[in-house]
Amino acid sequence: MERHVAETNRALKTGWLEERLGLQAIRELAEHKRVPVHSSMHWYYFGGISLFLVMVQVITGILLMLYYRPTVAEAFESVRFIMTRVEFGWLIRSIHSWSANLLIFMVFVHMFSVVFTHAYRPPRELTWLTGIALLGLMMAFGFSGYLLPWNKISYFATKVGADVAASTPLIGEAIARFLRGGEDVGGATLTRFFAFHVVVLPVAAAMLLMIHLLLVQKSGMSTPPWIAASKVRQMKFFPNFLLRELMVWYCTMAVLGALAAIFPWELGEKADPFAPAPAGIRPEWYFLAQFYTLKLIPSHVLFMEGELLGIFGFGLLAVLWAGLPAWAIRKDGSARTRLVVSAAVFLVAYLVVFTILGYVK
Amino acid sequence: MKSPALAFFLLLTSSALLQPAKDSCVECHTVMEGNLQRPATLIKNDVHTASRLSCADCHGGDPQSDDPLQAMSAAKGFRGKTARTAIPKLCSTCHSDPNFMRKYRPQQRVDQFQLYQTSVHGKRLATGDTTVATCVDCHSVHDIRPVKDAASPVHPLKLPATCGHCHADKTKMARYKISTNQLDEYRTSVHWEALTKRGDLSAPNCASCHGNHGAKPPQVESVAAVCGSCHVLFEKNFALSAHKPVFTSDSGGGCVVCHSNHAIHKPSSAMLDGVKSVCTPCHESASEQGKTATRLAQSLNGLDKALIESERLLSQADKYGMEVSEAQVKLMDGKESLVKARLALHTFREGEVRKPVDAGMAIAKETLEGAKAALHEKDVRRNGLAVSVFCILLAILAIWFLIRRMESNNNGAINS
Repeated sequence: MERHVAETNRALKTGWLEERLGLQAIRELAEHKRVPVHSSMHWYYFGGISLFLVMVQVITGILLMLYYRPTVAEAFESVRFIMTRVEFGWLIRSIHSWSANLLIFMVFVHMFSVVFTHAYRPPRELTWLTGIALLGLMMAFGFSGYLLPWNKISYFATKVGADVAASTPLIGEAIARFLRGGEDVGGATLTRFFAFHVVVLPVAAAMLLMIHLLLVQKSGMSTPPWIAASKVRQMKFFPNFLLRELMVWYCTMAVLGALAAIFPWELGEKADPFAPAPAGIRPEWYFLAQFYTLKLIPSHVLFMEGELLGIFGFGLLAVLWAGLPAWAIRKDGSARTRLVVSAAVFLVAYLVVFTILGYVK
Repeated sequence: MKSPALAFFLLLTSSALLQPAKDSCVECHTVMEGNLQRPATLIKNDVHTASRLSCADCHGGDPQSDDPLQAMSAAKGFRGKTARTAIPKLCSTCHSDPNFMRKYRPQQRVDQFQLYQTSVHGKRLATGDTTVATCVDCHSVHDIRPVKDAASPVHPLKLPATCGHCHADKTKMARYKISTNQLDEYRTSVHWEALTKRGDLSAPNCASCHGNHGAKPPQVESVAAVCGSCHVLFEKNFALSAHKPVFTSDSGGGCVVCHSNHAIHKPSSAMLDGVKSVCTPCHESASEQGKTATRLAQSLNGLDKALIESERLLSQADKYGMEVSEAQVKLMDGKESLVKARLALHTFREGEVRKPVDAGMAIAKETLEGAKAALHEKDVRRNGLAVSVFCILLAILAIWFLIRRMESNNNGAINS
């Protein structure tokens, strides 16, 4: 009998499952995948941390959906119910919120690490582009998810966000109306933000992430140009690098748990559309630099409205940044490293300083 | 040719119409000195000037004439400085005329003069006492501003000082044998605090209780009605109490007996029991009524302390990020019960006070338990975090050892 079971198991492993899933190919891939070993290899872990946080988001998001109700009458109450009545609901909600913020931070770090190690060079242009698109999607996740608890701060911050979108020339009003589902932020906004947050954006993000990972797999890990290819040692991805990545994931998990337990994400007061906007209303930290810049621009600059000029500026900056591989590479294939590093340092300094100023002022 | 001529004529007449009307009173008095210059300087801020009224509307005369003898001639109706006894009547010429007032301030009352005549000030003035207040003593003269103007002497924030200008003056009040401590006492009261510290302009000032134009002190029987015009429910409960007939008799004093008149301080249960008790002047502490007052004070104190303790622990839990908003909202109901109990106290019936006190104590107990549970939950979370972090560190350590063992056994894992 025992012999029969063992034979069946072996058959499943080597025959039946192999025939259906082609596990040999995966085994071979794991066996042959290598990671370059050099002094800057720690930057590789940030992509993995971002991936781990995406998984945390998916799991905690599904758990939150079991109780969350996307209506004006019930949204705030359902989140409060999750935090006060549901077993470990406070932990799930706090981890979801903290990990969302950490995720965006880590994606930013990952992006700048790619720039500083010049990993955008050919043939990795599409990897860079999909990465930038993923950052945009993560910010859209943040913007749509921020409104879902339907509290005072998120309500007015969404109003401000929609108003900024409305000042885009020609299509601004249409975008704002589409986002709000009407003339003002209300029940229709909440339902469509929920739909974006749990269906549209996850589907788009899943597809882009698959493409991004496939491209990483296809081109392999990039080595910084200042490290001679002949001197780069290789490490097996499985299990050597994966175990190291696992250690980093565990650390991230500990940080997330500590943040959730010591600084639980607050719920605030329920949104009241008829109440005046509270003082010092501002968006989430990852939009603060842009928000503060828009505040600094005078109402009119030459023949243009200040806000419009700001939006044009940000649009131009986003296009230039997404097109980095196009202007950073010379015809001979080498990277304009000094120009790229200067631009990245300037951008980091701008984001850090203006985010702090936006928070303080 | 006709059209340009007509246009030129229209331009001339319209520019003449747009010019402010000539006022020789202001022109001459502006270049004078001292008291003669003062009215011309002040009148720029006067509400009447803004309504295109001029000096001549009160003083008579001809403001169009540059000749002082003509401008201030009796033939032109010049009356000069108005006698104090004639001031209210002069002001009433316009302010008691609804048709006139409708042109400038349609909502404004027109019975000020009528009320003034019923006031102590008005009655004394009628007897020839010119030291009492007339319109200009309160509203100022030549720079009369609307009541809502913060610079007006009758603006709610300035009115106490305006009344005090005379009523806090011992010399002025000596002949009337009126005490002069009202303003000082009022400035220690909860009403003054509400007015000045909280900026509540609807808080009672002198005029709220004494009236403004019909100013006179409220009589004993009307004190409860005066206080009750704001403290409606207190008056209603007081009417049910055994104190009502006693306190409103000739020897009574209404609300003032316990709360004082101008120095109305924040009431507390100390008014019922102990050295500051307002009951003991009438009731012996050992008497049945004295004992009831002690029990009432204990009930109110007990509820107050229980609510404060709940609030303290809830805010502590809130500071740790615990979600206690439901309990905090519930606590508001408890505080409302305390208010209701203090309100019911004015019936001076123990049973009426016990009902809200018991309801409040039940809420305080519930919210206290909620706060304690939240703080306990906080400890559980932190302990859970410590255990989790320890387990995570163990896992990391195990992986690290595994990597070391693996890579020491198989040097081929990292190769060049």
